Amino acid sequence: MEELPRWREGLRAYGMIAGMWIRSSMAYRASFVITVFGNLLVTGLDFVTILLMFSQVHSLGGWSLPEVAFLYGLSATAFGISDLVLGSMDVLGARIRDGSFDTLLVRPAPVLAQIGADRFALRRLGRITQGGLVLGYALLHIDVNWTVGKLLLVPVMLVCGAAIFGALFVAGAAFQILAQDAAEVQNAFTYGGTTLLQYPPAVFGKDFLRGVTFMLPLAFVNWVPASYVLGRPYPLDLPAGAAFASPLVALAFCALAGLAWRAGLKSYTSTGS
Amino acid sequence: MGAGRLYAAVAAGGFRRYATYRAATLAGVFTNTVFGVVLVYTYLALWDERPHLGGYDQAQAVTYVWLGQCLYATLAIQGGGFEKDLMERIRTGDIAVDLYRPADLQLWWLASDFGRALFQLLGRGVVPFVFGSLFFPMALPSDVMSWAALLVALLLAILVSFGIRYLAALSVFWLMDGMGINQAMMILGIFCSGMVLPLNAFPGVLGDVVRALPWAAQIQMPADVLMGKTDPLDAYAFQATWAVVLLTAGRLMQSAATRRVVVQGG
Repeated sequence: MEELPRWREGLRAYGMIAGMWIRSSMAYRASFVITVFGNLLVTGLDFVTILLMFSQVHSLGGWSLPEVAFLYGLSATAFGISDLVLGSMDVLGARIRDGSFDTLLVRPAPVLAQIGADRFALRRLGRITQGGLVLGYALLHIDVNWTVGKLLLVPVMLVCGAAIFGALFVAGAAFQILAQDAAEVQNAFTYGGTTLLQYPPAVFGKDFLRGVTFMLPLAFVNWVPASYVLGRPYPLDLPAGAAFASPLVALAFCALAGLAWRAGLKSYTSTGS
Repeated sequence: MGAGRLYAAVAAGGFRRYATYRAATLAGVFTNTVFGVVLVYTYLALWDERPHLGGYDQAQAVTYVWLGQCLYATLAIQGGGFEKDLMERIRTGDIAVDLYRPADLQLWWLASDFGRALFQLLGRGVVPFVFGSLFFPMALPSDVMSWAALLVALLLAILVSFGIRYLAALSVFWLMDGMGINQAMMILGIFCSGMVLPLNAFPGVLGDVVRALPWAAQIQMPADVLMGKTDPLDAYAFQATWAVVLLTAGRLMQSAATRRVVVQGG
């Protein structure tokens, strides 16, 4: 009974803070529209790169353009969702350095909700829109014998993928409490992760694949389930049913990130300035 | 002569300012290394499918990746050097104080950015490059001359990079806010510098266009000079031409801007 109210309290605080930032960005409507459009362009560059590559070749690692677009759409949309919800976490280091993190600690609302909603930016809808468009294109062009299971896997991948990326953001925030200036390390996993997953797993070396499958379970965002949907063998030996393991992986990863966050928060000592 | 010492001191200040944040530098090294690894694998797949794309073999494509990661922060490909400070000073009006100083505005910021670039090259660029050369096959020249030629190309690239961002920063005199221009510079910088794909692998007319733009002076030219893909003198001529054009344009824009500065009291 104790946990539930705290959950809802966090969501309520998150909603209020996010709403405040939305109202603030809407004060300059033209500027808002331009930044959404700019965001769409910036995130679209990744896909333009893939298109440029496919202007020179017919397949990459044996995968066709629609298949790579399928991976891209899933990765970009899932990342876009977690980026919208938790993407401002990289300002945590700056908040600790200038001492304003202390303010968050004394407020009667969960710190994670406050820091997650900090500088909530609706312009990040640009990435979700762009990823969604590519995913739509891919779904129309991939050659798949759709079954109910495969069809269900698409929304499951988006939700679990967003959860896995979200856990990365939270773990990254916990790390920033320890190493304040090192916020950029987080980018290697979040932005690096979404970039990596836009390309076929067959492209990467075996050791590298093992790392992002078993150690850091990024492969469960899209690689493993999408390989199943497309009927392509995953380059590593995985137990049967691994394609459907994303929810479990996401849950475990979120729990670990939550523990890391708690440990980080406990070890926090103010700069005193 | 006093002026030389002044700008040397400004450059040293720029170097030290970035050298202060050691954890941030380490984080940057790590991030560039991870991105380098991801890019290398995708390029290897691409060059596997299409050997000699853009006149590179696989080892040369890998070399290009790691040089790109090495120069990413050095040349502020995505923006984020002195120009953010200068934009803020223009927006707040602090620029009026700068214009009063017995120093040239353009040279002052060039010196400061040169110090920053030098630190980013040594502190943040070298390690990912060495990492790449240890773990992936690269096409590195063994003669000293090629490396010396690379240094000259880098020096010119730093000038071009500054020239582009100085123009962007001064545009704030008219735009009042740098957000839009920063975003545009970021897109152009990543795309037209060849951060995502070597410019010589761009298809058709698009390739011809991006190879003629000033951003081509930043990664493509140094890479081709290092790997002996072009006559260094041709590369230098291309880079120097753009450097002169951009710096001159910056000077003209600066005098146009300073003529219209109205310092607000209050």
